Amino acid sequence: MLTIDQLYVNYGAIKALKSISCCVKKGEIVALIGANGAGKTTILNAISGIVPTLSGSVSFLDETISGIPPHEIVKRGISQVPEGRRVFANMSVLENLEMGAYIRNDKSAILEEIDQVFTRFPRLLERKKQLAKTLSGGEQQMLAMGRALMSRPKLLLLDEPSMGLAPMLVAQIFSIIQEINASGTTIMLVEQNANMALSIAHRAYVLETGEVVLQGPAAELAANPEVRKAYLGE
Amino acid sequence: MGDFLQQIIGYINPYYLQILVNIGIGIILALGLNVITGLTGQLSLGHAAFMSIGAFTSALLTIKLGIPFSINLLLTGFITAAVAALIGLPILRLTGDYLAICTLGFAEIVKVIFLNLDSTNKALGLTVPAAITSIPMPIVVWIVVILSIICVTFIHSSRFGRALMAVRGDEIAAEAMGINVTLYKVQSFAIGAFLAGVGGGLYAHFMGYINPSDFGFLKSVDILSMIVLGGLGSITGSVIGATILSAAPEFLRFMSSYRMLVYGGLLVCMMIFRPNGLMGGISFTGMVLRALGRKPHLKTIMEQKIAETSRPGNGNS
Repeated sequence: MLTIDQLYVNYGAIKALKSISCCVKKGEIVALIGANGAGKTTILNAISGIVPTLSGSVSFLDETISGIPPHEIVKRGISQVPEGRRVFANMSVLENLEMGAYIRNDKSAILEEIDQVFTRFPRLLERKKQLAKTLSGGEQQMLAMGRALMSRPKLLLLDEPSMGLAPMLVAQIFSIIQEINASGTTIMLVEQNANMALSIAHRAYVLETGEVVLQGPAAELAANPEVRKAYLGE
Repeated sequence: MGDFLQQIIGYINPYYLQILVNIGIGIILALGLNVITGLTGQLSLGHAAFMSIGAFTSALLTIKLGIPFSINLLLTGFITAAVAALIGLPILRLTGDYLAICTLGFAEIVKVIFLNLDSTNKALGLTVPAAITSIPMPIVVWIVVILSIICVTFIHSSRFGRALMAVRGDEIAAEAMGINVTLYKVQSFAIGAFLAGVGGGLYAHFMGYINPSDFGFLKSVDILSMIVLGGLGSITGSVIGATILSAAPEFLRFMSSYRMLVYGGLLVCMMIFRPNGLMGGISFTGMVLRALGRKPHLKTIMEQKIAETSRPGNGNS
């Protein structure tokens, strides 16, 4: 579904990504794990067009999407939940969800979608009219995910969904991610919390300073002694 | 009709009439900047430059081409908007302070250009003939004010306006929603400039004389103060802010040389006690609906909720 081939990204003189190649197949959850500064978020931003690529290619559904502006990429079916959630603080929960459906015009279908998001996240329904900035961290994460689902993405990019959340909430968010995947959305997930990420992902890539150092089925990686030592705290 | 209106206008003290027109023009300018800074969140320190482009364009259209005033105003608006779009395209990629400095620089360039062009009479300024209209000028100004308020209200409540608010809220998130952020910023810049241009055109024809130095940095800050005082993003706020700040220097005139001191003090107190502006966080339509009894007050909603939950047999039975 998504293929990244020898992708290079520079931030000025800093080489953020060095020849990254990876792929996501339809229906999968693929996790990108690694330490701070490994280039996980940069990969997501390069896919969604927020960061310009230097060379290499990103293709989605057999079409090259590198070099296309971000708002066009959303229309092709890739939706990103940015790092730190970035909900529209001064808009209500409902307005945030409506913004998520900005590229769509079918009013009745959008209302249905909002209903679906509310069934998936009952907490958001309770807080429907509340301003997003008054929500707790976990609720904001739910809102950001709900908002991203509003464009009916084929591929959902999640950037650190566990960031700043209590362990119980993290577990809840991850089970929701699995549910979203089970209902047919392919997911690419960036996580610091390697344990959680490997427990729900089908496959994973381990990144180190802008390069893929390990890859394979998530269960295999979770059992790999090197990974256990470096990322799982053993 | 025109004569009749002229007669009515004749009853009003010309001094007050001038204040009223100043207020009207202030409101048009403030509404324009409110679209750019209040709604879209792009800090512009060069709004007076668009006003000057409007004033000189409109003056030259009258002097050189003798275009009828109504068409003249529209044309002026579009020309100003086109200039804004042209300079907006490169500079609106910047954000925050950088954008503010850029607009500041642009405003200075515009001023210097007008100060050196032969067709704008250099530093001597232009004398603009009175507009030939069937309706008296003060009424024309206020008709434009009302039209502007209607247009801006429409923008605020539209899908387009919602996208602008999203850009103000978080550009990256807006981009992730599929909003072409640069395009929307340029469009909002052009709309704001359109209103500034029209305001400038009215100013030129009402004052009868324009000078590039009238539209300097201080004028831009004046307009910015209006919308900050009223509350960024609020239309009612822009109207109230523009009214207060256009009228204040006149009403404080009795204090002679102290008046600007008081004016400054007013702004400082305002920012301390109501940092979000007079109308910040207040919905004008909500207020009106409540006054008419259409919309229950938050307190009554809460009381109803409490009554519902404490009703016997509710919930578990």
